[in-house]
Amino acid sequence: MLFVRGGRSDDLVVRGARVLDPAEGVDAVCDVRVDGGTIAQLGTNLETNEHRVVDGSGLVLAPAFVDPHVHLRVPGREDEETIASGTAAAAAGGYCAILAMPNTEPVVDSAAVLGSLIEDAQAHAEIPVGFLAAITRGQEGAELTEMAELADQGAAGFSDDGRPVVAPGLMRRALQYHGITGRRLALHCEEPTLSKGGQMHEGAVSAELGFSGYPSVAESTMVERDLSLAAYEGQGLHLLHLSARESVEALRAAQAKGVAATAEVTPHHLCLTDEAVRTLDPNLKMNPPLRSADDRAALIEGLRDGTIGSVATDHAPHARHEKEVPFEAAPFGVTGLETAFAALYTSLVEPGLVPLETLLERMSTGPAQAYGLERPRIAVGEPANLVLLDTAAEWKVEERGFRSRSANSWLLGHTLKGQVRLTVAAGRVVHEQ
Amino acid sequence: MGEIHVMREDFLPPKPPPRRHLISIGDLTRDDVERLLATARSFARTLEREVKKLPTLRGYTVVNVFYESSTRTSSSFELAAKRLSADTMSIKAAGSSVDKGESLKDTALTLGAYDPDVIVIRHPQIGAPQLVARYTEAHVVNAGDGKHQHPTQALLDLFTIREEVGPIDGLHVAIVGDVLHSRVARSNIQALTLMGARVTLVGPPPLLPRGIEAMGCELSHDIGSIAAADVVYVLRMQQERMQEGANYVPSLREYTARWGVTPERLRPGQKVMHPGPMNRGVEIDPRVADAADALIETQVRAGLVTRMAVLYDLLTTGPVSVKTPDPLEVA
Repeated sequence: MLFVRGGRSDDLVVRGARVLDPAEGVDAVCDVRVDGGTIAQLGTNLETNEHRVVDGSGLVLAPAFVDPHVHLRVPGREDEETIASGTAAAAAGGYCAILAMPNTEPVVDSAAVLGSLIEDAQAHAEIPVGFLAAITRGQEGAELTEMAELADQGAAGFSDDGRPVVAPGLMRRALQYHGITGRRLALHCEEPTLSKGGQMHEGAVSAELGFSGYPSVAESTMVERDLSLAAYEGQGLHLLHLSARESVEALRAAQAKGVAATAEVTPHHLCLTDEAVRTLDPNLKMNPPLRSADDRAALIEGLRDGTIGSVATDHAPHARHEKEVPFEAAPFGVTGLETAFAALYTSLVEPGLVPLETLLERMSTGPAQAYGLERPRIAVGEPANLVLLDTAAEWKVEERGFRSRSANSWLLGHTLKGQVRLTVAAGRVVHEQ
Repeated sequence: MGEIHVMREDFLPPKPPPRRHLISIGDLTRDDVERLLATARSFARTLEREVKKLPTLRGYTVVNVFYESSTRTSSSFELAAKRLSADTMSIKAAGSSVDKGESLKDTALTLGAYDPDVIVIRHPQIGAPQLVARYTEAHVVNAGDGKHQHPTQALLDLFTIREEVGPIDGLHVAIVGDVLHSRVARSNIQALTLMGARVTLVGPPPLLPRGIEAMGCELSHDIGSIAAADVVYVLRMQQERMQEGANYVPSLREYTARWGVTPERLRPGQKVMHPGPMNRGVEIDPRVADAADALIETQVRAGLVTRMAVLYDLLTTGPVSVKTPDPLEVA
């Protein structure tokens, strides 16, 4: 389900880092040796053989991150991102695997389009990438895609991301049928008659600024509908980019009743509220929108207690000229691959809102498990998927620093704490800072 | 665990320096408004002279860019600039390169190349004036951006109230009608509350946006509540913004029956205002519009001197508050 360009496997010793793999129960200062791309030994004063040595003292070595929600814009908008640039950006952000959404031009809804993407990834992907296919043909919400064939060819899951599956009857059929593929159904929950024309969260800020509101119930009523259908059909699902308190509460209640539902939340929804939109910066326009302080608190609480198991960037590159317009004219979406860890470390870990261990788990194990991928582990015999983090380093987010082809980041010009020093993905060093 | 509700302020883009532009009433202090109103008043006195033109802004260039149709705002900005001897140029979106798909950024860069001192812009999208301010060196005046702000309208309304009704502090103003789609309402709520007035919004629930009470106003769905106000400010029912099937109100007929401002719903002596253009017989009864207590034409006259004051203030007072020179002395 994941594809990467072929090539070398690296030998490496990381010396003296704090090795932290919460899911494995590992938290110790030691050396890690990688032989031919596989973790060969953990211990102190390891032999280096002829391996390259990286000094990890004062740094944290963790399982590399998995991003379950990336827009690579291929095919169709190669001016905004490509598989090569998007996976390079992911490597710089500490990721060892990403999943790409199918809302491209054309939509990934046939074996032909998926096949060409897989070939592209096998030639150009810096890190392993998986591709979701659409739930409905053309993401038009009318007919199911040929899910079995798409799964056989390597689709990592199914999503109409960017759009909801509006008709409840069709949603039910998708839940029923996708079960035979063993792949995840990932849902963008938005009731379009409630969000229609909405530019930002509906509340005091939208009332004052005059923007048409996109109320939180536009998301939560759809979340509630889909959880009800999933419970009825006995199927699981994954909820994309949750933004509202009511959605988190509905998810928590469904999980308690045994529904196999997982969910993700983005760095921007965890860091910001709708107050930020007062600046009218088009890089603060995204779908779903930034919500109230109370919604943000519920998202952080959901991430902390595990109701929300994954952090997802929803990395959405946009051409410069498309964002250099008034807020209302700008497309929805912001980039995030290269800033996710630092933004969350700065905004959640440093102030003591979320423990570092929890953040690392939600950026790696959580998303891998949500999609049934092998989770990155720091254990002997495992493929090396490692990220070396400098939690003391401060750096300024600047356009020229991005490996993504697009720079529509809400963090431009800001100084963050927490830097990715080294990324190893599938046994290969893919980023060094 | 720490405090969740605090969003890091330093994640927000830096604010532009204050008062280089007039984009939102929210950027002004009470002192700013007092100064602008005082300046407008002194200009009003000059307009009583036989020769109405002042040399004050000779050598300055004011560019008006209107992306939406407008009669009173564009003409009053143009006349205001001319009365102060500034050079003016007016551009309408129709027939310009905007028709050819030029972006607002490129239009701003093009106009900026002529080094105008002030760009007055009306645009259907919120935030257009900020964008122009980002790409030019000119002072930018917002002449209406989408449903966001129309600050000079609010200033001229304050001027009108102060001249015709009296002190604003403690005054009760009812704003009636389609608040949801109204930039005039947003600017006026801020301006009136800034100056100490009490504001009640009156209209059908779908046209009073959720959360608007956070701006410091009260809400009522009962047209009867306007009787308690000193001033009744009637908003235009923005039919062009009423999308088909949006169902903000079941029909204009029902709106008029329920929320139309009629003589029967007013107390004798209650002052009535309207930003224009009016839909007579919809939001305002023609008998009300033509009555002696209607201040609607006064508002239009106030628009000229208020906009003169805004241009004068931006070009002479500068970004840091200094002693206000008397424009008559300068003249």
